[in-house]
Amino acid sequence: MSSANVPQVMKQGKVIPWFYLAPAIIIMSIFIVYPMLNTVVLSFLNKDGTASAATTCNIGEPCWGIFENYRYALTAELDTTSFNTIWESFWVSSYGNTIKWIFIMVSGTVGIGLGFAILAEKVKYEALAKAIIFMPMAISFVGAGVIWKFVYNWGTTQVQVGLLNAIITALGGKPVAFLSTTNLNTIMLVIVGVWIWTGFCMTILSAALKAVSDDVLEAARVDGASEWQIFWKVMVPIISPTIIVVITTMVINVLKLFDIVYVMTGGNFGTEVIATRMYDEMYKNFQTGRGTAIAVVLILAIIPFIYMNIRRFLAQEAMR
Amino acid sequence: MRRSKINKIFNKIPLHFIIIFTMVIWLVPTIGLFITSLRPLPLINTTGWWTAFSGNSSTQTGASSKFTLNNYVDAIVGYRGTKTYVEDCGTGSQSSSLNCNASDLLNPRGMGQAFVNSLIVTIPATIFPIFLAAFAGYAFAWLDFKGRFLIFAVLVGLQVVPLQMTLVPVLKMYASMGLTGTFLGVWLFHTGFGMPYAIYLMRNFLGSLPKDLFESAYLDGASHWSTFTKLVIPLSMPAIASLGIFQFLWVWNDLLVALVFLGGTKPVMTYQISNMVTSLGAGWHLLTAAAFLSMLLPMIVFFALQRYFVRGMLTGAVKG
Repeated sequence: MSSANVPQVMKQGKVIPWFYLAPAIIIMSIFIVYPMLNTVVLSFLNKDGTASAATTCNIGEPCWGIFENYRYALTAELDTTSFNTIWESFWVSSYGNTIKWIFIMVSGTVGIGLGFAILAEKVKYEALAKAIIFMPMAISFVGAGVIWKFVYNWGTTQVQVGLLNAIITALGGKPVAFLSTTNLNTIMLVIVGVWIWTGFCMTILSAALKAVSDDVLEAARVDGASEWQIFWKVMVPIISPTIIVVITTMVINVLKLFDIVYVMTGGNFGTEVIATRMYDEMYKNFQTGRGTAIAVVLILAIIPFIYMNIRRFLAQEAMR
Repeated sequence: MRRSKINKIFNKIPLHFIIIFTMVIWLVPTIGLFITSLRPLPLINTTGWWTAFSGNSSTQTGASSKFTLNNYVDAIVGYRGTKTYVEDCGTGSQSSSLNCNASDLLNPRGMGQAFVNSLIVTIPATIFPIFLAAFAGYAFAWLDFKGRFLIFAVLVGLQVVPLQMTLVPVLKMYASMGLTGTFLGVWLFHTGFGMPYAIYLMRNFLGSLPKDLFESAYLDGASHWSTFTKLVIPLSMPAIASLGIFQFLWVWNDLLVALVFLGGTKPVMTYQISNMVTSLGAGWHLLTAAAFLSMLLPMIVFFALQRYFVRGMLTGAVKG
């Protein structure tokens, strides 16, 4: 993107480009850049933004001074009586749950997406099969939440109208309260996320797989490689840059995730994630300082990905 | 020859089984939602939706018919009683918020009004950012100015900023300007947040157009402005289509922004549904109908324009 790429005739004085840019830059400054900086400032203040967060400390309780909101954001969910309780409470806290979300959701969407992309290539109804997996992308998280809440429905009577519990009772099992059983419920929520996002991963990975040249695959076959070896030793290494892009995109999506948890459990029964907890602090408890501190923790978790994004962009520009 | 063909088919059975099994898992929850939305309430709560087509379920409960559109009517007009809107209006025992005439279509509690609100939010919030991004994308691709590369790199980073990071300051700003609970406020917010990705996509698309095109237009005496309106805009229609679908689905399906900036004053469909989930508990007849109504338009857009959607996703995620 050096100026050498711009045709000579397109060079138009110094002012005109800014007319094209100004509306976009102004609106982004107002709605992204300024609020971001302001959020950082608010995270060091009390709930009304009138005094330093240090003034909210209570005597005789732990206090991190100006970082008081961060103490709350990071430790309030933990039960600090012993090492064991810290460990246990961490795994049902918003951070522990977010980590579970990241691992299960990323491996689920990328694994199923890649597997399905590779298998669907071998059948005639590939387009239909992929459209069906991709369809949930068009549905809102709220809609998906309702769909799956019904699948997970837990009836107190003999008849189960939720599909999953009906299957379990038909097989002779006892119905399970999927959404109110701690630990199990987060996994059930992640499944909804996997259902929604697998199509995204599948589509991108499938495009990358199709770009792998037939010559390479043919050469591997001639050398006597099995299909399994071709997949792991030829295809996966070739498309690994795309796999990394998909993984980072999914991690960012998971970190921001709000709707599924909000609609399906409201963050109750130990299903809170970072984004729902932030929402609760801000709009239920009106603790602006604490809420913004959680938001800052969230952006800190995302910064490595911002860095990766920019680096990848620079590498691509260098090749242009 | 024939024998090997048969063998081939048999070899492929596990493959077909896996693919079709996955397709079924992906489809069944949505089908369950749809069938449930067409069943009368007493049946929904006593039998599973998968029994809807079997013979004797309606005789057991004595309901008049196995399928009904009443759930949709009730959802659209915002009926919250224990029977159905039609029945209550027939006996004149409807609640005071309903008039039993066409004005009920716009009852603020109903999905009819929510549908209108969703449209009012979504259409401008889709057009504004595309319009501004076309300008900025053109400047980044074909105009020369100081800081071009740096600003664009920042923009790449801004793409992944979580919107949670900006909610509180923007809400404060809106409160002081009287923009809370207004459509204008939501349009501006979505425009600001849609911008980085939209510009990125436009710039990559426009940058891939041949240089000669611009050179010759310019040599023919076209000004910047006429190049932009007569050449750039018509040529970038595929990119505009991709972006349009993306932004449309994103805004239509969004819950968090609508929840924070509009709330109950101008409820959109996602807000209305999430509200019904929390306040109605197990009103599955209304929830399923409402959820299906909210999915209708995105599904149509999605299946009609899937090609553009996939293309936009690939440019966004893989090339960038």
